[in-house]
Amino acid sequence: MSSIATKRPLPVMVIATVFLLLWLVIAAFPFLWTTWGSFKVEGDFFSKANWLNAIIGPLTTAETGASFTGQGYYGAWVQEEFWRAAMNTVIVCVCVVSISLTCGTLGGYALARSGFRYAFWFLFFALIFRAMPPITLVSGYLLPFFEWNLWGHLYTTIIVLVAINQPFTLWMLHSFFKNIPADLDESAMVDGCNRFQAFRHVIIPIMWPGVITTGLFSFLLAYNDFAVTIMLLTKENQTMVPKIVSFLGTTQTKGNVMFAVAAAVSITAPLFVMIMFFQRQIVSGLTAGAVKG
Amino acid sequence: MKHSTFFWFVLPSAILMLLFIALPIVSVVTQSVYAAHEQVVVTVENCGPFGCTQTTAIDQEATQALREAEPLGKYVGTDIYTDRNHLAFAEVGGAWREAEGLPDFGAALMNLPFYRAMAFTLTYTFIVTPLTIIAGFAIALVVNTVAQWLKGPTIFLSLLPMVVTPIVGGLALFWMVDARGILGGALQWLADDPTLSVKADTTLMWIMLMVYGVWHSAPFAFVVFYAGLQTVNQDTIEAAIIDGASRWERIRYVVIPHLVPLTTFVALIQLMDNFRVFEPLVSFQAQAHAQSLSYFIFSDLGGETRLLSSAAATSVLTIIGVAILLSPVLVRTYRDFTPRT
Repeated sequence: MSSIATKRPLPVMVIATVFLLLWLVIAAFPFLWTTWGSFKVEGDFFSKANWLNAIIGPLTTAETGASFTGQGYYGAWVQEEFWRAAMNTVIVCVCVVSISLTCGTLGGYALARSGFRYAFWFLFFALIFRAMPPITLVSGYLLPFFEWNLWGHLYTTIIVLVAINQPFTLWMLHSFFKNIPADLDESAMVDGCNRFQAFRHVIIPIMWPGVITTGLFSFLLAYNDFAVTIMLLTKENQTMVPKIVSFLGTTQTKGNVMFAVAAAVSITAPLFVMIMFFQRQIVSGLTAGAVKG
Repeated sequence: MKHSTFFWFVLPSAILMLLFIALPIVSVVTQSVYAAHEQVVVTVENCGPFGCTQTTAIDQEATQALREAEPLGKYVGTDIYTDRNHLAFAEVGGAWREAEGLPDFGAALMNLPFYRAMAFTLTYTFIVTPLTIIAGFAIALVVNTVAQWLKGPTIFLSLLPMVVTPIVGGLALFWMVDARGILGGALQWLADDPTLSVKADTTLMWIMLMVYGVWHSAPFAFVVFYAGLQTVNQDTIEAAIIDGASRWERIRYVVIPHLVPLTTFVALIQLMDNFRVFEPLVSFQAQAHAQSLSYFIFSDLGGETRLLSSAAATSVLTIIGVAILLSPVLVRTYRDFTPRT
């Protein structure tokens, strides 16, 4: 590491450090600010008089008696039943991740091992499907779903999210399985396994790193989705993201915007934990398609 | 792998994609050439002691029955595509004849909702994409200089804007630039104008949306470039130093050429993703100042009267736009997979 290529003069170091700190503030400050502000009352978080109010919270102290308040969280989770939306999100995410990984590993494995031309065309169409904006597909779903009474249910949304996820899952797992030497399963087949047994006993035990990485991205897509969940779910079945947006529509009542702030912080917390534990996998997943190509 | 084995392995994925991606495209195209039935109007003659009056009334039952019998509506061909809310051929033609010079014609186009949405989407796509690449590259360069033990936390913080739910990230920024928020207050102080509000100003709103766009996607470009920087050949760098290359020349002639393939990859992904920009417009409640194609579809689908046909026509036009943007990616993929002779 101490080669002359990595040595840097002082001015360059200073500029680099300043730029880096600036970026870190830009990247992280909005979340810090929102999290801090979610424990204040609306008059402090949105303060015309003095921006320092959001930090010290004089109105919060005046209104609630303490400098921090859980009013926003109470209002969102208990009064507006955000917990119901959280439950729905859990159901949707668990189902989407498990179904799309099941279909995706089977498909991705076959695509990686088949040398025929049609495997390429399959991936080619998957790439085209990957580029479709979800909202254009949603406008195709609505009429048939209304006609066949499929609209509004959680399972419809789950299956739609799995399908929208499939192209990406297939591409990622395909490039992952390509890196597992074909000799492994071929030698199992020489020993008398059929294709599925070779997959079951040889590939499945060693595929978990790639599957976990792909699963993370499936989870993010299901967790963060707005276009599909807002259009395809009834009010009772809403997941967290559309629920937050629905808080915004009712800002006439004082304090309701703080419900949205508290809910926004609540939805971010699991993502924080996830990045902390799976940072390496996220980074490797993002670069998988790019660096090897 | 045998054909039949391949078939069974890919069957679940294939069925899912056929049913929920390929068929909806067909459905969108079909819906876009049908329009909802108009209400059935009946003329009733009321005769009273002072003579007869004719009144027209809407026959609710008949309308309902007709709409249920043919949910698609009636066939109208390309009428929806050419109406005022979409390609607006008549209005564009009129504007072209009456306009005095190109700027005037452009201003007339901006009054048509579809062209306005198109203009925002394209501006957003072609401004945010290059800025994202530059920002991502700069961040990757400086993170690469950080001490080893600091790299983990640095990457953690840098990933936040991308991983956090787009709606929530957008809201966090929106609350800060609110006239009563910290950034909004700072802007008013800088401009010395206490009435300045991002919510009320079209130009500021566009800038804010693009700032959000760069903020949201820069981490992706950063991660890809950062991984690329790890594979730059150190020997080449040292050779360049011995040959007397300055710091900037080393970046310009060694590092950047090494990263060019990654740049095309990032650019293509970003073009696709920025073209469907949608969530920030919801977070920023920007519909009065900026509409993207995706948002245009969304607002047709929502609300009391779901304008399915109108949304379908916009969807078809959007898909055509995606296809045009996507063609270089497809050509590249095709070349990568075709065996080189």
